[in-house]
Amino acid sequence: MIPEIGHFALVLALVLALTQGVLPLLGLARGDPASVALARAAAHGQFVFLLFGILCLAASFVANDFSVSYVAQHSNSALPLVYRISAVWGGHEGSLLLWAFILSGWGTAVSLRSAALPASFVARVLAVMGLVGAGFELFMLLTSNPFDRLLPAAVEGVDLNPLLQDPLLAIHPPMLYMGYVGFSVAYGFAMAGLLEGRFDAAWARWSRPWTLAAWVCLSLGICLGSFWAYYELGWGGWWFWDPVENASFMPWLAGTALIHSLAVTEKRGCFRNWTVILAILAFGLSLLGTFLVRSGVLTSVHAFATDPARGMFVLAFLGTTIGVSLALYAWRAPRIAPGGSFAVTSRETLLLANNVLLSVATATVLLGTLYPLVLDALGLGKISVGPPYFKAVFVPVMSPLVFMMAIGPHVRWKRAELPELGRRLRWALAVGLVAAVLPVVRGGSPWIGLGCLLSSWVVLCVAFDFVDRARRLGEGTFAAGLRRLPRAYLGMACAHLGIAVFVFGVTISGGYSVETDRRVGRGETVELAGYGFTFEGTKEVTGPNYFAEQGRVVVRRDGREVAVLEPQKRRYSAQGRVMTEAAIDPGFTRHLYVALGEPLDGGAWGLRLYVKPAVQWIWVGVVFMALGGSLAASDRRYRLSLARMRPAPSAVSPSVGAIGVGA
Amino acid sequence: MSELRSPSRFCPTTGNLAAAKPGGRGATLGAWICVIALCSVVVAARAVEADPFEARMRMLGEELRCLVCQNQTLADSQSGLAEDMRREMRTMMSKGMTDREIVDFLVQRYGDFVRYRPPVKATTAVLWYGPALALLAGLFFLWRRIARRAAAVDAAAADLSAEERAQLQSLMTDGTAEAPR
Repeated sequence: MIPEIGHFALVLALVLALTQGVLPLLGLARGDPASVALARAAAHGQFVFLLFGILCLAASFVANDFSVSYVAQHSNSALPLVYRISAVWGGHEGSLLLWAFILSGWGTAVSLRSAALPASFVARVLAVMGLVGAGFELFMLLTSNPFDRLLPAAVEGVDLNPLLQDPLLAIHPPMLYMGYVGFSVAYGFAMAGLLEGRFDAAWARWSRPWTLAAWVCLSLGICLGSFWAYYELGWGGWWFWDPVENASFMPWLAGTALIHSLAVTEKRGCFRNWTVILAILAFGLSLLGTFLVRSGVLTSVHAFATDPARGMFVLAFLGTTIGVSLALYAWRAPRIAPGGSFAVTSRETLLLANNVLLSVATATVLLGTLYPLVLDALGLGKISVGPPYFKAVFVPVMSPLVFMMAIGPHVRWKRAELPELGRRLRWALAVGLVAAVLPVVRGGSPWIGLGCLLSSWVVLCVAFDFVDRARRLGEGTFAAGLRRLPRAYLGMACAHLGIAVFVFGVTISGGYSVETDRRVGRGETVELAGYGFTFEGTKEVTGPNYFAEQGRVVVRRDGREVAVLEPQKRRYSAQGRVMTEAAIDPGFTRHLYVALGEPLDGGAWGLRLYVKPAVQWIWVGVVFMALGGSLAASDRRYRLSLARMRPAPSAVSPSVGAIGVGA
Repeated sequence: MSELRSPSRFCPTTGNLAAAKPGGRGATLGAWICVIALCSVVVAARAVEADPFEARMRMLGEELRCLVCQNQTLADSQSGLAEDMRREMRTMMSKGMTDREIVDFLVQRYGDFVRYRPPVKATTAVLWYGPALALLAGLFFLWRRIARRAAAVDAAAADLSAEERAQLQSLMTDGTAEAPR
């Protein structure tokens, strides 16, 4: 009975989403305020019913109801409770339900936090988000219903993929989807702006905190995924340029460009066209990511062809969404007023370059991700596009970007003076060059030199600017000015510092990691990078739904015990799948990483040992970026602007602005 | 790095700040940050004590794909096939074959699919030259856009009467006021 109720809730959510998407727009066109006011109520209703749907599905998982096809495929009665609950989004249908639920959650948040915005504008934003939600709910009901029954019911469930049986399953997908779907708000604001003909500073100011919030979630989501892959897959890598990873990285790149473009639109009124395009692009790429991951096209072009209903629906949905958005843009864009002018050396120029480079980077990742699929679909041969390709094409685009990023905050809006800039930054450049040369003369690769140059350059530029601004604000005293720095500025400094930390982590861990993969007998010691790894044998361990061989490796340095690592090799009972659980001793300066290979004769095992310096900085850097984004999103001026927002004059001709009801 | 030991020798923030005294607190802080940044780089920059044979094996393995895994390099894969291929590569390396010869041999046997760095040929031309073209197109767009905006700045300044110019000046100073609000 519960699954049927859930199914019914899903149908009601679809009806409400259509109401939310269609009636307010009709009401605006016909001057009917009652229909316009429906947008908020419908958004809340959709959220409530989707929440109810998710709870119904979770109830089926908790109750081990294997008569529900989705539960039978992704759960097992031996599965621990926490994984049974997070298995709700462990497969295709449930992920879509989560997607739609989070979308309705963002819609509800917008409706609750927008009391100060013009009613017509909010109605348009919610209508656009309602239409997107309706598309996803229709997709579920037509092709991927999580509540489908299995008749006759299965006696036992197939089990959740052991790779997913990890506490991070509870956090990573929701966080990632919060980011993906969060760009729907920016998209909704852009669409509403196009419909209403409104692209003034107020529009950008409304849009900014939402876009930042989505970007923060996406950053954290990607970070969690990367860390998960690092410790779960057992080969010590943190990013593989896998299509699934790229699918989340592309909206991140576009979203990063978007938050910078929005800053210019708010402060200087330029780049309005560009901002709208990027908002469409960021959300379009989120949809594309969902399509890539969910249609099965990645495992094989032919898997896509065998179950065409799903793939075709997402493809049609993607095409319609992006097509309609771009058509609307093409129709309305000529009426968007151009912004203010700026000189060649100005912050605008640097931010435009930021946008161009990030767009090129996005296009590059898109090309590398789709190329093998297209080639295979056209029958032109199978190729693999992997890390060596991306390293070759991505680094040349990103390095100048990171370099310029550090200069940006030092440069004035509108017009700056080059000689002054040179004086300000010469010491940072000098130190950066020393930092670049030092590792190279000590036998490191030029890549290490480049990474050290960029990270020290960024750290110093951020620090100089920080000190400089604090002193100016405090009229010469640093400490007094420190408290007066606005959160938006602190956020930017923090996020840029995060980039430096990230680059440093990538460079050092990539350049100086050492590893070995060899046969190790019981009691034998392997020396690696000054650490002695002593293998003390294995014992059998029984988990809730698996049996494991657990090795014991004692790590010593200079005779002192540093860590005891207990990697496992697990065999999950339900499907007999074997999983490697690496053991890691995390540290600020290095990670010690041990994974069990295969058992060999005489109690010996194949062991993989890694010493990875500074690898933790990679994720710490991303956390800095996310922290910076949160600081910026919570800046005082967004809260103030919400409190005293009045409808401002439109940036385009009044005739367009007057379409709105009550306007 | 002894040249950076005395922080008073340079003052990174005074160049643009009339108010800042040479050797003031900001400069000292800046200098210390330099020193710490450099130290951390130097500490991290240890020489790698790797066996050249294994290092070469690793480099080669990262360019190649494990054919039975979802998406993993040959160097990282634990599969049986990958073990066999690695063993074969070791044999070829001991026979003195170059990296290129080894890759060619594997490509001949398994096809281009085995390489993570696709070969440059007619069907991959767009893949390899596309990013460069996109970058050039982006830079061209950037150049045109900036030139247009910069021309607007000059034109606006040239066309105005003295009164308008004064008005513009006051507007511009409003717009560029750097003091955070």
